[in-house]
Amino acid sequence: MLAAQILINALVLGCLYACIAIGFSLVWGVLNVINLIHGSFIVLGAYLAWSLYQGLHISPWYSLAVAAPLFFAFGYVIQRLILNRVITAPVLVTLTLTFGLDLILNNAMIYYFKADYRKLTLTPPMGSVSIFDVVVPVDRLIATVAALALTFVLYLILRRLRVGRAIVAVRLDRDAAVLMGVNVNSIYAIAFGLGAALAGCAGVLMALIFPISPLTSTAYLGKAFVVCVLGGLGSVSGALAGGILLALIEGVGSAMIGPAHATTLSFVLLIVFLILRPQGLLGRKGFE
Amino acid sequence: MTRANLILLVLITCIAALPLFGGAYTLRLGTIACMYAIMALSWNVVGGFAGYPSFATAAFFGLGAYIGGVLLARGLPLTAAIPIAGIGSFLVAALLGAALLRLRGHYFAIASLSLIEVFRELVNNATDLTGGGMGLNIPLTASAGVMADATFFFYLMWGVLLVTAVMVIAVSMSKLGFGLSCIMQNETAANMVGLNTTLYKSIAFGLSACFVGAAGGVYAAWVHYIDPSDVFDILYSVKPIVMALIGGLGSPLGVTIGAFVYLGLEEVVWRNYIQIHSGVLGVLIVLLLLFLPHGLTSLRGWRLWGRAKNV
Repeated sequence: MLAAQILINALVLGCLYACIAIGFSLVWGVLNVINLIHGSFIVLGAYLAWSLYQGLHISPWYSLAVAAPLFFAFGYVIQRLILNRVITAPVLVTLTLTFGLDLILNNAMIYYFKADYRKLTLTPPMGSVSIFDVVVPVDRLIATVAALALTFVLYLILRRLRVGRAIVAVRLDRDAAVLMGVNVNSIYAIAFGLGAALAGCAGVLMALIFPISPLTSTAYLGKAFVVCVLGGLGSVSGALAGGILLALIEGVGSAMIGPAHATTLSFVLLIVFLILRPQGLLGRKGFE
Repeated sequence: MTRANLILLVLITCIAALPLFGGAYTLRLGTIACMYAIMALSWNVVGGFAGYPSFATAAFFGLGAYIGGVLLARGLPLTAAIPIAGIGSFLVAALLGAALLRLRGHYFAIASLSLIEVFRELVNNATDLTGGGMGLNIPLTASAGVMADATFFFYLMWGVLLVTAVMVIAVSMSKLGFGLSCIMQNETAANMVGLNTTLYKSIAFGLSACFVGAAGGVYAAWVHYIDPSDVFDILYSVKPIVMALIGGLGSPLGVTIGAFVYLGLEEVVWRNYIQIHSGVLGVLIVLLLLFLPHGLTSLRGWRLWGRAKNV
């Protein structure tokens, strides 16, 4: 039964990991920017859910609807005003710039929310379900379903909507997209906004499960790195596969060699993957 | 030797006179200035000469600090611990470099960033050897008072800086430096004309880690207590890059001046805005990248006394 429990845990956690990573992956794939603010966006989303719940008793499920447009606007403006000025610069510049932005946002959060760990505790608690001997907390289960739904929404946007097709086109070949009349700057801003919105929503879901503190942002960012590299850049299915794979490896690794080494294992795996299969599990070669 | 490199050596020699002028606080600042200059100069070998966006400085700083710290705690003398920290970092970096430097651009950046995480977690979990999250206490050396200690560690760090500067200048004048600039401009072409790019890059990566590792060892001995989140701080990776961007990428003199300018800014921010210092640092980074992407050396008037180049 232990194996089944580990498997279920990994599936649940994997969907959440995918949700963390998908926005990061989108921005990296489309804008070619390693977006280090992503972790702080997630934490900010968690704080949004926490504040709304504490202050106005708005359930986190409704907070999702608040977070998405708010973070989209936030991301859109940051990309338009700041990031867009260096978008063609080498990775050194864009990465350092997003690091600077991350310092600002993170410091602002420490300043306003303090560095204390907080927890959004639903009253009454939602309990857990057990099928045979496999136990899953209900809030975690719902968060997983929501994460899957968000991922699916992004998939639909990229597949069905005109703007989504334009995003994919820019990702595949920027110059050709320009020639076809796509306004690249606007697509960049929309993609960055979408990435931020997904991070914010992921943060709302994380608030239900993990403690909230500005200091956790690097852990989320680290997960996003690993998932992205495992699954392959920019694709929704890749992020899902990478997330579940990472959660599985962490779960099995924790059970076998102890939870202390789970993070080490995931980063070693990241480096190995980068060297042996930089296009990721589902990525195609030369498709970057 | 170019004029800029000569100025660099003169500048570093002048810094040695610092103990004549200042008290313990000045010496502390001077020691940090030397440490930052070591980091910036070292980063410049792989980031400036070879053009690889390395974020691994913190990883090797921490590695050196822990090699040095563990050896010191086991009773080895300083004269043995610090060279071992440097050489150990060189070997680890050169070996890792042979694998990691096959990656380019974003992938290399991510891999070098995750190196910090891997090292930090390893140190965190090797509790028997390193004390894990509790940190590592390094015994005090026989102390002859605050000032004597401050002066001693200042000269120790300064010595490492001097060796680093000589190394960087030697690299920039040698075939290695030429090869690295070929790699920066067009790696595939460099490979085509028979340059062993993997070897060159590995040596560059190793050299960039070597002196940072030694500086880490000195740091550990200096502050007497290190813990993983302190020495494996990602800021140690980003600061050298910011310094290099302030001073102008690729020029040893530029990045050294960048390191000093950066330290000055950092100190002013620390003293006045302790609660928001990292935010102010962030604003600084953003403004620098947006408005002065080629560093101070790109400002007009800087080269007033230099020879006119064929414009």
